[in-house]
Amino acid sequence: MSTADATRAGPPAPRSLRVALAERRAALGAFLLTAPGLIFLGLLFAMPLLQLFALSVEGGTTEWYARVFADGLYTTIFLRTFEIALFVTGAALLIGYPVAFFLATTTPTWRAIGFALVMLPFWTSVLVRTYAWMIILGRNGIVNRFLLDYGFIERPMTMLNTRFAVVLGMVHVMLPFMILPLYSAIVRIDPDLARAARGMGASRLKIFQRIYLPLTLHGVVAGVTLVFVVSLGFYITPALLGGGKVTMIAMVIEQQVREFLAWNFAGALSVVLLAITLAVFWVLNRWVARRVPPAAGQGR
Amino acid sequence: MAHPTRRRRARRDPARILLRAFAGLVFFFLMLPLVVVFPISFSAGSYLRFPPPGFSLQWYERYWNDPIWIDATIRSLQVGVATTVLALAVGIPLAFGLTRARFPLRGAIEQSISAPMIVPHIVLSIAIYGLFSKLGLIGEWYGIAIAHTVLALPFVVIVLVAGLRNFDLNLELAARGMGASRFQAIRRVTLPMVAPSVYSAAFLAFITSFDELVVAMFLSGANMTLPKKMFDNIMTEIEPTVAAVSALKILFISILLLLSLRFRKAADTPIAH
Repeated sequence: MSTADATRAGPPAPRSLRVALAERRAALGAFLLTAPGLIFLGLLFAMPLLQLFALSVEGGTTEWYARVFADGLYTTIFLRTFEIALFVTGAALLIGYPVAFFLATTTPTWRAIGFALVMLPFWTSVLVRTYAWMIILGRNGIVNRFLLDYGFIERPMTMLNTRFAVVLGMVHVMLPFMILPLYSAIVRIDPDLARAARGMGASRLKIFQRIYLPLTLHGVVAGVTLVFVVSLGFYITPALLGGGKVTMIAMVIEQQVREFLAWNFAGALSVVLLAITLAVFWVLNRWVARRVPPAAGQGR
Repeated sequence: MAHPTRRRRARRDPARILLRAFAGLVFFFLMLPLVVVFPISFSAGSYLRFPPPGFSLQWYERYWNDPIWIDATIRSLQVGVATTVLALAVGIPLAFGLTRARFPLRGAIEQSISAPMIVPHIVLSIAIYGLFSKLGLIGEWYGIAIAHTVLALPFVVIVLVAGLRNFDLNLELAARGMGASRFQAIRRVTLPMVAPSVYSAAFLAFITSFDELVVAMFLSGANMTLPKKMFDNIMTEIEPTVAAVSALKILFISILLLLSLRFRKAADTPIAH
């Protein structure tokens, strides 16, 4: 099997046994180079996850899974997590697309400045940014101060510890993850396509519908997948900006382990969360594989 | 590339102006949290208040004089460096292996490397927590570094594989043809050419570890990392020491970013993944 693979790589000319052997040796060498990494991930990634799964079905019962679904409490939290992730993804897409478009079509100088303004927050720790949102949205925060001072409101508004704050903070974290794949999709489109369409009388909406949207669909799906999947597992932002009033599933898992040492139940919750995440990932990937022609889908 | 007339027309186009205004608003939204921590960190007040009642360095002094903060900082730097070294030590051979020859299951291996990116951090955290508490690694800084390496490895491998795929293998073969040993050819020709990707990978690995909270929350025990200390502070006290630490972190990351851009100026894509 490995020789067949190796031959496929080279030109179809007849080759000597020596060349075939050398290629086989190269393949073996390459495989051996990957061995430490694979062992590392096997021991520290695959094995712990399998152990967690084993805990969730310890004693051969499905009792822990039954608890996840029987109690309305946890299904509500799963649904809320899903809802927030969906909201964040939609907002990031609607905000990110025009920004990516701007970056892809502006002058090189503005592009460099724009990228700096997107990447600097991207590299800043989520904890720092979330803390800053607490300063901005708090009762004595910047927004309330501003609105009070200029007489727009009479009493400070409650913005912190609401779902709004959580979504805002999460969109802030996820926006660069959406802008980057969208940018690389848009920048590859030949601007002459749009010019030709406009010359032939197409409206802006038509140009977007018929040119930009189909040609950037793979970027959209890449961004949406990334943002949605990561949003499902968010912990820091909802924990700080939700102030205990907005519970997402990652917070429940953390609490079950750290406060109640409920390993079996936490294991079941984790397996369900992981299954949902993988399902979303798989469905979106499947969908894009079928919908987007391979030539346009090379960005992924 | 664009004609001057066309560009001038584009500048006056109302849709274009709208787009620019919208992008400007989003850039403001993205930068706002980074900017606000600076005035707060110099506040003379005794609690979080905006605008700050006066200028002082008290929060920086408090950070500097508190051994718990300094210990946490040193521990985080230590864990970050160890993660970087470990991720490169494991990731470089892995990337070489994946790009150099075809072997069965190579595609599957390459895909499975990115699995830690998809698994929610909380799930991976408690899974590793379970394993490490059995091994007695809770509270050990190298335990956190090992766990952070799992998170950093996908980024490192993706960046390195992309770099190695762009590298023309004929250059290495030419070096060998002219009498260099295999090791010499890699060290003198290949590594210098892929160095920019190695710098990017190192930067990614370090940041992944240096900012990571959830894994550290479970594994650090009493020996807190900087993000864990910050999180605890935000949860319990309402005072601006965290703002000072945040301002220092933003400066530190900016310097690292500039350094890594200098190192990898040969590469043309913006640092993404």
